[in-house]
Amino acid sequence: MSTITVTPIATYRTDDPYPFCPGCGHGPILDRLNDAMIKLDLDPARIVIVSDIGCSGLSDQYFATSAFHGLHGRSITYATGIKLANPDLEVVVIMGDGGTGIGGAHLLSAARRNIGITVIVMNNLNFGMTGGQHSTTTPEGGVTSTTPHGNLEHPLDICATVGVNGAAYVYRGSSFDQDLADRFVAAMTTPGFALLDIWDLCTAYYVRSNKFTRAGMEQSMRSWGMEPGLLYERTVAEYAVGYRQAHASIAGMPVAGPRPVAVDHEHGLDRPMSFVVAGSAGGKVRSAARLVAMGGLRSGLWAAQRDDYPVTVKAGHSVTELWLAPDEMPLTAVAKPDVLAVISDDGYAKAGPYLAAMAADDLVLTTPEFADVSTEARVVVLDPKAAPKRIPKTSLGLVFLAAAVSLTGPYPLDALRQAAGSGSFAEVNLEAVETGATILDQ
Amino acid sequence: MTTDAKAPRREYVDGATAITRGAIDAGCTFFAGYPITPASGILMAMMRELPKVGGIAMQGEDEIASIGMCLGAAMAGAKAMTATSGPGISLYSENIGLAVMGEVPIVVVDVQRLGPATGGATTVAQGDVQFVRWGTAGGYPVIVLAPSSVPESYGLTAKAFELAERFRCPVFLLTDKEIAMTLSAVDVDEYPTVGVVDRVEKNGGLPYSWKPAGAVEPMRRYGDGDPFRLTGSTHDEGAYITKDSGKVAALNQHLIAKIEEHRDEIEMVDADLEPGADTLLVSYGVTAGAARAAVARLREEGVMVSSLVVQSLWPIPETSLTAALEGIERIVVPELNMGLYRREMERVAGNRAVLGVNRIDGTMITVAEIVGAVL
Ligand SMILES: Cc1ncc(C[n+]2csc(CCOP(=O)(O)OP(=O)(O)O)c2C)c(N)n1
Ligand code: SF4
Ligand SMILES: [Mg+2]
Repeated sequence: MSTITVTPIATYRTDDPYPFCPGCGHGPILDRLNDAMIKLDLDPARIVIVSDIGCSGLSDQYFATSAFHGLHGRSITYATGIKLANPDLEVVVIMGDGGTGIGGAHLLSAARRNIGITVIVMNNLNFGMTGGQHSTTTPEGGVTSTTPHGNLEHPLDICATVGVNGAAYVYRGSSFDQDLADRFVAAMTTPGFALLDIWDLCTAYYVRSNKFTRAGMEQSMRSWGMEPGLLYERTVAEYAVGYRQAHASIAGMPVAGPRPVAVDHEHGLDRPMSFVVAGSAGGKVRSAARLVAMGGLRSGLWAAQRDDYPVTVKAGHSVTELWLAPDEMPLTAVAKPDVLAVISDDGYAKAGPYLAAMAADDLVLTTPEFADVSTEARVVVLDPKAAPKRIPKTSLGLVFLAAAVSLTGPYPLDALRQAAGSGSFAEVNLEAVETGATILDQ
Repeated sequence: MTTDAKAPRREYVDGATAITRGAIDAGCTFFAGYPITPASGILMAMMRELPKVGGIAMQGEDEIASIGMCLGAAMAGAKAMTATSGPGISLYSENIGLAVMGEVPIVVVDVQRLGPATGGATTVAQGDVQFVRWGTAGGYPVIVLAPSSVPESYGLTAKAFELAERFRCPVFLLTDKEIAMTLSAVDVDEYPTVGVVDRVEKNGGLPYSWKPAGAVEPMRRYGDGDPFRLTGSTHDEGAYITKDSGKVAALNQHLIAKIEEHRDEIEMVDADLEPGADTLLVSYGVTAGAARAAVARLREEGVMVSSLVVQSLWPIPETSLTAALEGIERIVVPELNMGLYRREMERVAGNRAVLGVNRIDGTMITVAEIVGAVL
């Protein structure tokens, strides 16, 4: 047996001194982080320090680890992406209290997801870098450059916020804590989301404007109801690993690719033909047009459908323009339909420009309510009430399109029957096609 | 049973599906997006399909998180894409700048809808053509591709991955509600062949080099080799923050040169030039459909006309444009905005007349409108 001697890394710091003001708490916090990394003896390349923006955000440059120095408030998002892409990396976010405001949504989401990153908040109760403005954590009454008469907002309890939202490890302390390195070690080795809210002194601003001291800070924590210590510790499933586990059963399955439609009919078109269905959202207008297009494909035609509907998919109008063409054609709007089906008030309200453009050899199919539409086109009125069986509203589009196919003959009705019979709701759709094919006789 | 070799092999499919397939076939392994019509189809398809190839798809808490996750994942080795519409591109703005500055490859799909603001979620428009180019602070170049059909949506998505890796920069796929959501028949043999885009990587040394300006350094990957850094601040080749004016200039010149000096690798147009024509139609995206149909109709009537469908909107394909402008007296630019790309044509037109055919009412430009403008 042979023994390998491993020399632990003596420091993760570079030789450069920190850039912080004298007495600033950020430096000591970083020293404790360095101690923690030494204790963990991690490969510096596998540690990614993701720093936010602010004096706190300058931190990454003073470590010989990997680093990602991104945008203000967004450090957690980059850290999440890094951890998701490679769960073996040790990802540590260093941010200021400023980042918890502008990036508050990310803080919440990371806690809820329990993404396996460690967030160290250097919480000096104000924005240091930009000149001592108030932040989410500035105490009520706190004097800052933007609250010269005292802060009126309630301070954010960072720990409680992430704690009640599922975070695995939540600790509050200060830059003066003797055991901070051990807390960092515990946080970094906890699976799931870990956050340490480390209060410190901004000697340039908050300390000066508020006669704030170490003793004052420690006393304030308690008097403001923000107790220090380990506040939450939970066993959770880390998200990046959990994601892989949750999807293991579909990994390796084929990605959905093109599935050409079998052509088993012959079409009867020698030029492109356009259909417009003007109906109501929720009336399955789009699905009906899709089936008619599929019937076209089964007959060797080209097809395209442009759907127009409001953002609420089950209310308002639904107008579909459908092209069937013997040759490939670029996508264009239908200016003058060959066939227009007007099947509801919502549709009628949208049909004006089509009706106006249509000529004598075009065809309008509609219900008795719109029998007197003004148009040059031939109007054929189909009465759904005359059908032998009640036609559900959601079948009206397909009934009218089937009638149009049967009347104008771009391709055999059998192709439409096959399309209708091979998808979801086959029974209802087949019935609609039959109704459409026979309603003309009634 | 025998199969007839000539039987059409067509599927009925939308552009969003083609984008998803193009991305996965090009080797996309990470997607994050936030739901927004008309781009949600891509998000949902990615959530469904990407885990099948061992990739990861996330719904971010907002657009900023979505693109942020993509940038982080890209630096950890993933090939990342996100998709949104105008309101989301607005929120991407600052991170687009970070991708430019940090030289992070990422594909950003903008499925345009009618703006400004919330505008029309299900309404077609092409109002973001300048926005994607200039949408982040500083004015540094990005690459923008615009498909005009479903097969192009597939091919240009893959091309976007290729260019993002080649130039280590954000590449936009600028599409729109109609191209992404319109179902149309596509000959499945018409899709271009797409292969997995390999990332050029190294596992040690400085993360950047800009000697000579414009040369693109292989990527680093977190966890591979020795430590390295990325920063959104003005930096030297080691990604350390600097205010040294020589180094600052070197970085910023490099960010420009790497795109500008390689325009020939990016230019893509579909040129249909007719010798003797005095009118050139310049179109892109969904409007190219009506433009192509107008060209066919005009030629049937004996009118000579040339057409350039621009696939690489940015940088402007100046070489192809200059060639196409030979003998041309008039440029007609149909677009679903009030002339946003037309102004770029005016820049290269010399003393030729430049006309627009424009709509901002949520309806499409018709073939007749373009024919009318040419006649
Ligand atoms: C989007 C954006 N808005 C504003 C700024 C300006 N800015 C830089 S640092 C900072 C606040 C830093 O405060 P904090 O996070 O508490 O860090 P500290 O300096 O106190 O360590 C702000 C607002 C920015 N960089 N980006
Ligand atoms: S401004 Fe405040 S936070 Fe920034 S270095 Fe100085 S003391 Fe520290
Ligand atoms: Mg602060």
